[in-house]
Amino acid sequence: MTDETAVLSPSAAAPERAAAEGGGRGRPGQVWRSRRYRWDLRWSPYAFVAPFFLFFAAFGLFPLLYTGWAALHQVELTDPDSMTWVGLRNFTRLWDDEFFWNALRNTVTIGLLSTVPQLAIALGVAHLLNYRLRGSAFFRVAVLTPYATSVAAATLVFVLLFGRDYGMINWVLSAVGFGAVDWQNGTFASQLAVSTIVIWRWTGYNALIYLAAMQAVPGELYESAALDGASRWQQFLHVTVPSLRPTILFTCVVSTIGATQLFGEPLLFNGGAGATGGSDHQFQTLGLYLYEQGWVNLHLGRASAIAWAMFLILLLIAGAARLLRGRGNSR
Amino acid sequence: MGAAALLLGGCAQDPETDPKAGPSAGGKGQTTLTVGVFGAFGLQEAGLYDEYMAQNPGIRIEQTSIERNENYYPQLLTHLGTGSGLADIQAVEVNNIAEITATQADKLVDLGKVSGVDKAAYLPWKWAQGTAPAAKGGATVGLGTDIGPQGICYRKDLFEAAGLPSDREAVGALWAGDWGKYLETGKAYKAKAGDGKAFVDSASGVMAAVTGSSAQRFYDEQGKVVYKTNPAVRGAFDLAASFATEGLSAKLQQFTPGWDQGFANGAFATVSCPAWMLGYIQDKAGPAGKDKWDVAQAPKPSNWGGSFLVVPKAGKNAEAAAKLAAWLTAPEQQAKLFEKRGSFPSASAAYKLPAVSGAKHEYFGGAPIGEIFSKAAQGVPVTVVGPKDLVIAQNLADIGMLQVDQKGRSPQEGWEAAVKAIDNALDQ
Repeated sequence: MTDETAVLSPSAAAPERAAAEGGGRGRPGQVWRSRRYRWDLRWSPYAFVAPFFLFFAAFGLFPLLYTGWAALHQVELTDPDSMTWVGLRNFTRLWDDEFFWNALRNTVTIGLLSTVPQLAIALGVAHLLNYRLRGSAFFRVAVLTPYATSVAAATLVFVLLFGRDYGMINWVLSAVGFGAVDWQNGTFASQLAVSTIVIWRWTGYNALIYLAAMQAVPGELYESAALDGASRWQQFLHVTVPSLRPTILFTCVVSTIGATQLFGEPLLFNGGAGATGGSDHQFQTLGLYLYEQGWVNLHLGRASAIAWAMFLILLLIAGAARLLRGRGNSR
Repeated sequence: MGAAALLLGGCAQDPETDPKAGPSAGGKGQTTLTVGVFGAFGLQEAGLYDEYMAQNPGIRIEQTSIERNENYYPQLLTHLGTGSGLADIQAVEVNNIAEITATQADKLVDLGKVSGVDKAAYLPWKWAQGTAPAAKGGATVGLGTDIGPQGICYRKDLFEAAGLPSDREAVGALWAGDWGKYLETGKAYKAKAGDGKAFVDSASGVMAAVTGSSAQRFYDEQGKVVYKTNPAVRGAFDLAASFATEGLSAKLQQFTPGWDQGFANGAFATVSCPAWMLGYIQDKAGPAGKDKWDVAQAPKPSNWGGSFLVVPKAGKNAEAAAKLAAWLTAPEQQAKLFEKRGSFPSASAAYKLPAVSGAKHEYFGGAPIGEIFSKAAQGVPVTVVGPKDLVIAQNLADIGMLQVDQKGRSPQEGWEAAVKAIDNALDQ
């Protein structure tokens, strides 16, 4: 990536600069024009990218730093102006905070329960969509519709489906001879239910990303594989998947970030009760715990510390992934 | 939970925006007052804004509504903190009022001094709740709108089937004076009705009703958190837990879709119902439940929910807003709100008005709800409210009692889990 950015750096403009200076020995107007041309070449790219960085500074960097600052203080939402310095106490107390560890554990299990099947199904769906089929545009749009649904609407429907007494899923389960499941109260059951909502919403989105990548795979690879007698399944395994490796890695990263920030689904799955994530906190994720601390209990400082802890956890995961990838490449 | 309860209470109609608000309204010399509320508050739906605008041609009223108090309240706090983004009048839920009077009084107008506001017209305990502690200036910053005196709503047909009396006087007499008798009635009901039919909707509903009938709950008069050692709270918790351990509860969580379906399917025979809940029951139980539901006096007078109006000093039209707030909460308007929306007046002066004293509820077998709830309201003790009432009540219900009710934990385990969650929440 660094090689590409070098193209934009001023040093790349050196040949032009030399040319401009060489031709600039004439009249003063020409000198001015060539100097302006040089500045233009050198600084315009920065002006073009500046809006992003200004917005990022205002709405990305500042909140990030302010949150970090608030995390070092005791500060309540009832009076955000009065802050008391407590150093790292908000962070150290997380170590003994069983609710934090519980939320972290839940976030990991729900993250795995949702991400792994989601990406696997997405890959399969993309493979099917990649076939030549009648009305493919329709299917591609259809696959994306869950993603276009609002989290709130989707979750509320799923809450009804997963209802204990009158839910459709329990009705089906009872009809085929299994007992009804208390989806809200069981630890595994509730986490599975929440994961189902996530899977339903995001599979199509990932499938389309995979599909786009699949269509960039050269057809010759399949042709030669077919000539070698590879079946459809073998082609998928030995041509498609290896060609998609960078894309798969990308979706893994994005899904991991999404899973770490999981919030809307578990919040709404709890009906009217808000951020507790069930009576036993059985599906309270880190995002939900952050919300509970900040916006229910009004402890802005503690909530900020959780937010930063989540950020650091993501950095750790990213670092670990990089290490793994580095080892994979050197093989 | 009380918060969720309140905003859902009586929200038969959607909080639609005023059809009149729009570019056509306005003009020179007009003052626009904004009112910020949560849920379907009812002021607009009862036509009070229209009436005020007709009386005061220079005033135009616009309302903004956020569906859930959980989202509304933190926003109100941040707006008060920055002094921007505020409506001229803001609603505050009773579980939040102590925190508002204790921490935000200096940012709010003293409504007790506005002309036309008569302290004597209000229930004394409601007036006290909206008044800041003496150390904070002692200003009355919140004017009460409604309160939530409770009755017990019950299914006549199920009571008859279980061989219990179904007349509301006789039903009230079954448990008059003692919540313990309510439990005994439940046991008698279960013995006759058999399994599969629950007596109450949820254990936490019972707990809210019982704690609402004691003067001291989570805080003492000095503002110290005492819920852990207060026998009234522990007693309410254990009594409500018995409904779960005795198998009398339908094990539902209030204000969830499952609870709504429970009403529609007649899954339980009784529910303790504040005045604002009647409309909710009518909505959820639907036409099929008509003439099946009735309402009787609760074992003890008890209150659950209610709201206040406050006027931020930072508003551009604080004076006009204070005048409007005083008008909206005057006894006559509270009576209209009760007539149209079922929100029970916090102004005792309204109880004598025919709109309240003669009120009957068609859906609940023509029950004289004005009489029933007035009686309950006047018996409610002066409750000590504290800044974190909402957090404590919510964790007791949604952690502690729910574990007992739905997960089958022992009352002791449920209590300990709730205490742990509350300690974590209150800890600075």
